[in-house]
Amino acid sequence: MAGINLDTDSSNVGSEIRTLAENMIQQLERGNLGQAVALVNDLNEVRDRTLYNEIGRLTRALHEAIKNLRVDSVGAASEIDNATDKLTYVIEMTDKSANRTLDLADAGMPLATDIHERSTQLSGQWKKFLNKELKPEEFRSLTKDINQFLIDSAQQSRQLQGQLSDIVLAQDFQDLTGQVIHKVAALVTDVESRLVQLVAMAGKVDSITGISHADLEAEKAEQEEAPNITAEGPQIDKSSDDVVASQDDVDDLLSSLGF
Amino acid sequence: MEDKSRLLEVALDKNMKILVVDDFSTMRRIVKNLLRDLGFTNTQEADDGLTALPMLQNGDFDFLVTDWNMPGMTGLDLLKKVRADDRLKNLPVLMVTAEAKRDQIVAAAQAGVNGYVVKPFTAAVLKEKIDKIFERVEG
Repeated sequence: MAGINLDTDSSNVGSEIRTLAENMIQQLERGNLGQAVALVNDLNEVRDRTLYNEIGRLTRALHEAIKNLRVDSVGAASEIDNATDKLTYVIEMTDKSANRTLDLADAGMPLATDIHERSTQLSGQWKKFLNKELKPEEFRSLTKDINQFLIDSAQQSRQLQGQLSDIVLAQDFQDLTGQVIHKVAALVTDVESRLVQLVAMAGKVDSITGISHADLEAEKAEQEEAPNITAEGPQIDKSSDDVVASQDDVDDLLSSLGF
Repeated sequence: MEDKSRLLEVALDKNMKILVVDDFSTMRRIVKNLLRDLGFTNTQEADDGLTALPMLQNGDFDFLVTDWNMPGMTGLDLLKKVRADDRLKNLPVLMVTAEAKRDQIVAAAQAGVNGYVVKPFTAAVLKEKIDKIFERVEG
């Protein structure tokens, strides 16, 4: 953005004033008072012209600041709208992950409870057996129960292992949402600094109004797309043609490249 | 195919030294957990390319699993550095990343990546890609 530079062209203005002033003194020395007064008017004109130039420059800078803020692009497909979509994505991801984790914990809890209750019960029976307090038919029943418990607990602990591993996997949202939030935070900081610039500028041209910007409107600053490949973070809109929708798409693309 | 990969599993060296690079510690944990489930326990971590590169240069790693989007040095730049280093150029590299643009995947392939997994991913996908990389490397 072009900064305000009140000193631009000041050397030109200075030499113009100097020439006029020297000229004026010469005229005074020669006694041409009329010519000298005419030159005073010329000096005034130079001053006024400089002032208008500076106002014009300030106005242009203010206009640039407003353009950079892109307030006119608030709404659909704007940066702010895009950021809102990104934050919605964060909410969806965290919500999905939290629910998945809770579901897995809910599914695993009864298995752990069952293993605990049956092992406690069998342990009591086993103590009785060691104390020779069991009748033969009770002992037969105990061996059957122990056998069944060993089979079941092996299977249940395997299930629990799978659920715990899936709970770990369900935490992957943190990485994805973290990247998105970083981007939105950067946008907020950016918008804030542009607003500060705008406020500073507005303060300087507070009293100036009614200046046309038709010529500035014409030069539309087009946002250039970076030609080199850079990291962009997760793609929210998977329907876009240049984005892969799944791992299968990645595999297809890579195999088309000879992988 | 199923039998072949099972045979390969036996052939794969479970002691191979793996470097997991991601700026998010949770993601590193997830990848390490998955690798452990697959039998690979000899893993180390780095949080971006800048810390990973010296570790690779001094650490006789057998396999690199890296994210793309990281501060300091990105995974793509790390991949390029690895391929440009005489001692590391043959190191198998798996990229595990949220970057899902076709151009990006093509760029990673051109930079010499051995496998590409988009996040979020499953344990089965990770295993499949690792098997495939070492099938190609050894075959």
